[in-house]
Amino acid sequence: MSEKFDVIVVGAGPAGISCAYELAKAGVNVLLIERGEYPGSKNVMGGVLYRKMMEDVIPDFWKEAPLERPIVEQRFMMMDKESAVTFGYKGMEWGQEPYNNFTVLRAKFDQWFAGKAVEQGALLVNETVVLECIVENGKVVGVRTDRPDGDLYADVVVLADGVNSLLAKSLGFHKEFRPDEVALATMEIIKLDKKTIEDRFNLEENQGTTIELFGDATKGILGTGFLYTNKDTLSLGVGSLLSGLIKHKIKPYELLEYVKNHPMIRPYIAGGEPVEYLAHMIPEGGYKSMPKVAGNGVLVVGDAAQLVNAIHREGSNLAMKSGQFAAEAVLLAKEREDYSEATLNHYKTRLMSSFVGQDMKKYKDSTHHFDKFPQYFDKYIPMMNKAMSQMFTVDGASKWEKQKKIWRDVGTAGEKLKLARDAYRAWKVMK
Amino acid sequence: MSEKKCQTIEEKQYLVRFNADTKSHLTVMDADICLTKCPDKICTIFCPAEVYKWEEIRMHVGYEGCHECGSCRIGCPHQNIKWEYPKGGHGIVFRLG
Repeated sequence: MSEKFDVIVVGAGPAGISCAYELAKAGVNVLLIERGEYPGSKNVMGGVLYRKMMEDVIPDFWKEAPLERPIVEQRFMMMDKESAVTFGYKGMEWGQEPYNNFTVLRAKFDQWFAGKAVEQGALLVNETVVLECIVENGKVVGVRTDRPDGDLYADVVVLADGVNSLLAKSLGFHKEFRPDEVALATMEIIKLDKKTIEDRFNLEENQGTTIELFGDATKGILGTGFLYTNKDTLSLGVGSLLSGLIKHKIKPYELLEYVKNHPMIRPYIAGGEPVEYLAHMIPEGGYKSMPKVAGNGVLVVGDAAQLVNAIHREGSNLAMKSGQFAAEAVLLAKEREDYSEATLNHYKTRLMSSFVGQDMKKYKDSTHHFDKFPQYFDKYIPMMNKAMSQMFTVDGASKWEKQKKIWRDVGTAGEKLKLARDAYRAWKVMK
Repeated sequence: MSEKKCQTIEEKQYLVRFNADTKSHLTVMDADICLTKCPDKICTIFCPAEVYKWEEIRMHVGYEGCHECGSCRIGCPHQNIKWEYPKGGHGIVFRLG
């Protein structure tokens, strides 16, 4: 099947499907290759899909897409072993059109989304692995698949092959990632009655909550946990840098069990039945780990380009935007009949001047910073919990006395100075 | 789920659908390295599916239960794992998340 397409997109996730959708809509002959049994069968995320970037691809998608719940409340728990300081925001404006974000189950959602690209005219081929890019005279001209006679040709190949990004690596666009550039996340889908979910999370019908977990959720090592409400399931997960798991010799599924049994989490999931267990990596190296994203006849999008904003748990939205920009660059190249890096680099320019590139730059040092200085998670979060406990426990001590004690507990003058310096540094890497 | 009961990895893996290929997509390239140069055998710890199990003198690779996350390829301190995708349509099949 030595066929020629205008464009081949490798990988049917948010980035690849968005790209294929836009190209097919513009009348381009596009092939979308997925290695799984169906789109979504290899794809994992905590579950938050952002309305804006999805709407930029398919307006009013919420009227027909398989979504779980629109999120009306976002909470953040700073956890110690038997306590948590929680803050959050709940607003009814998020519970109505156009909404802010939704929880989704990817196996369902990605199948639907890929189906929409097919409706636009994209050709979807499942159960096919791309083994390598076919390179001729310094230009990517196609892909070699694991099908018999599986060489396929195209003017442009878009690599949307996810966090492992084997194809971009084999082109020399990036080196193998280090264990401190990727997070390993495990999660469970826990079945629970719809009404019980709404009661426990203080929700009405078709409303959802997300809770991000910091501190003891990852036993103080750098990472986060999450608990999201779906229609009649909960998604509970925990992720931390692979380097952290290695250093502390932690089994990821035991960490997940630890979170499930944590007194702050246990009541939410009590009586629930785990129905699926999933593990996946998240590219968290940020801006400094981004590969080369455009070459002769080739573009790299989504997780494969390390497009994740770990601080704001955003990824699928960056992926979709990158897929759209890639499609735009392909259309420009088609118009110019020039698929060289010089023209395709339009993608990089658009990407880096958009919110995607700006946010990647803004948080370029954040993961490394919090990895290098573990005290934020293993010291300051417990300290915060203790301070709240002391302040709100009525025991006859005056509030002045309490404040003095809290301040004393921070430690010596040197430790106080260190706290101030760490606060300033955290602000610096986040500003 | 009763209180304080910990679910084992075997119980978790039982929840997942796998369509295993007959051939492994994971290969330990040099068995000697595991035996002589790698006292920690850290892959047996961080692999989220307990694919790697040390059996006295050799590494058993239970590729059939692999989630295809890629962490063993990156986390192996000796870069001793050849990691490929399973044949198209094979391997893990997520139904939900």
